[in-house]
Amino acid sequence: MLAFILRRLIQSIAVLLVVGVVSFSLFRYVGDPISGMVGQDTPASEREALREKLGLNDSAPVQFLHFIGNAARGQFGLSYRTSEPVNRLILERMPATLELSFCAAVFALFVGVPMGVYSGLYPRHWSSRMFQAVSLIGISLPTFVIGILLILVFAVMLHWLPSFGRGQTSTFGWWTTNFTSWKGIQALILPSITLGLFQLTLIMRLVRSEMLEVMRTDYIKFARARGLSNRAINFGHALKNTLVPVITVTGLQLGSLIAFALVTETVFAWPGVGQLFIQSVQFADIPVMAAYLMLIGLLFVIINLVVDILYFVVDPRLRGQGTRAAGH
Amino acid sequence: MAQGNAFSQWLHRATDSDVWWSFKSSSLTVAAAAVTVLIIAVSFLSPLLAPHTPFDPSTLSLSDGLKPPAWAPDGDWAFPLGTDDQGRDVLSSIMYGTRLSLVVGIASVFVSMLIGITLGLVSGYVGGVTDAVIMRIADVQLTFPAILVALLIDGVVRGLISVQRHDEIALFVIIGAIGLSFWVQYARTIRGSVMVEKNKEYVQAARVIGLSPVLIMVRHVLPNVTGPVLVIATINLGLAVISEATLSFLGVGLPSTQPSLGTLIRLGNELLQSGEWWITLFPSVTLAALVLAVNLLGDWLRDALNPKLR
Repeated sequence: MLAFILRRLIQSIAVLLVVGVVSFSLFRYVGDPISGMVGQDTPASEREALREKLGLNDSAPVQFLHFIGNAARGQFGLSYRTSEPVNRLILERMPATLELSFCAAVFALFVGVPMGVYSGLYPRHWSSRMFQAVSLIGISLPTFVIGILLILVFAVMLHWLPSFGRGQTSTFGWWTTNFTSWKGIQALILPSITLGLFQLTLIMRLVRSEMLEVMRTDYIKFARARGLSNRAINFGHALKNTLVPVITVTGLQLGSLIAFALVTETVFAWPGVGQLFIQSVQFADIPVMAAYLMLIGLLFVIINLVVDILYFVVDPRLRGQGTRAAGH
Repeated sequence: MAQGNAFSQWLHRATDSDVWWSFKSSSLTVAAAAVTVLIIAVSFLSPLLAPHTPFDPSTLSLSDGLKPPAWAPDGDWAFPLGTDDQGRDVLSSIMYGTRLSLVVGIASVFVSMLIGITLGLVSGYVGGVTDAVIMRIADVQLTFPAILVALLIDGVVRGLISVQRHDEIALFVIIGAIGLSFWVQYARTIRGSVMVEKNKEYVQAARVIGLSPVLIMVRHVLPNVTGPVLVIATINLGLAVISEATLSFLGVGLPSTQPSLGTLIRLGNELLQSGEWWITLFPSVTLAALVLAVNLLGDWLRDALNPKLR
């Protein structure tokens, strides 16, 4: 197991290095960092001095090491657009994105898994068929269309929920949260549903097909023969054995939740990191793009690693194989 | 006459196959195909069918602006689905916009197919270090969602050229960006199939008679691995259309001078709060119907071409 995790760790570092090279090349070769910092009438000699001072005349490998060193400390320089430090811009907006993604993930899991279990257990029931039809539509509708439709119905027509912004927030240190007031929670509802709906349909379809498969196996028949209660069979034996693929997909989807948050954030004018990234793409604000890329890369690598480790916790069979493979 | 005969023979063979049978016996698939063909036909004939020319400023009149759909109290049958704030007919905009969305979708599927098939063939046939390098790049790219990759490519291009120049070539930028973000799946599938195929006797025979590796790959291996590629291409068409719409919606895709469905939805979304729902709802519905129909076709094709599932 240790060997497996170690191998994965080395792979993750390799991925991060590649992402680092890409962000560094963005930083270095797309646009001129100097022209973003100085005025138009700055003489060439002064520009050259600044260039020297910032280390832009060093060789590419030296600059790359500097870049990685700074990135590790969270330093990404100044935004071309607002001239604020990139790390502060991102840190300010991080809580909004994390809270939104968290709520969407909770919504997708706690609605998707029961729906999947139910339609897996009773595939011919009319509500299972309805779930299937809804999930097909959920997969075909782009995130932003779902958001617009929800705004149209619940904000414009019914006036039940707000359609943009975070509403009321409170601040704890650098963290701003929506959870302390009813207004803040209301503002979270529509964006979370929008963001989580795709993941919900994915999880539901996966759990359903896994459940259908597991319910046909011999050990479920045996459990019935032993006279175990339906509850013990369905949840203790069947659901538990469907969890490995569910964990993989949910884990990997957690990453795309944060990535797709940028669409949801744009629809609902949610002041998160994704919105910042979109603005930086529109203005070709390279430092912010590079920083976001590194951040997302790190996040995805960590998620993948955690998912891999979770396999061992959930599936004892893998543990045996892992140690045997390591023993040889 | 001989040609007509050949055609009827081909028709007979096509309608006698089990793929056709599985198509015919699924009414949902037939409906999806009908919707797809209808949307494609109407959008590509839009210069003939559209009641107005929405992007010719001389035909627009601001006094026609913000008309609701025809069946609403102040609707006008000259504009069946209403007009936007510039007085453009929503129905005509949708027809032209769908055409643009389809062009981007289909073109980017071809780009990713071209890149993916080439890299997959090389990777599977050559093997060794080349294979390792290509597949590791694929792994890294697969770590990120395709939409992020496309956004990043778009952002880099924006950094390299001026804004005005970007608007001129926006169509090609977005086709390239989406194409580059979807090649991995083709490459992986092709590589897997090639690794199986290359040890078969016909490939060895081709090698023995001295054909060049490129010729063997393109003329002999490729035709034998096209099935899965077709399935991925259909499913990816839906994804590519969604990606284009998403990028345009985010304001980094096609400019408002040549609006696709996504651009139309973005422009309409700005007016949604004030109650003009038709400008954004109808393009959204068109987009959803198109993607749903293409996805259903893709699902069916995957099952029909996979004999194991039959």
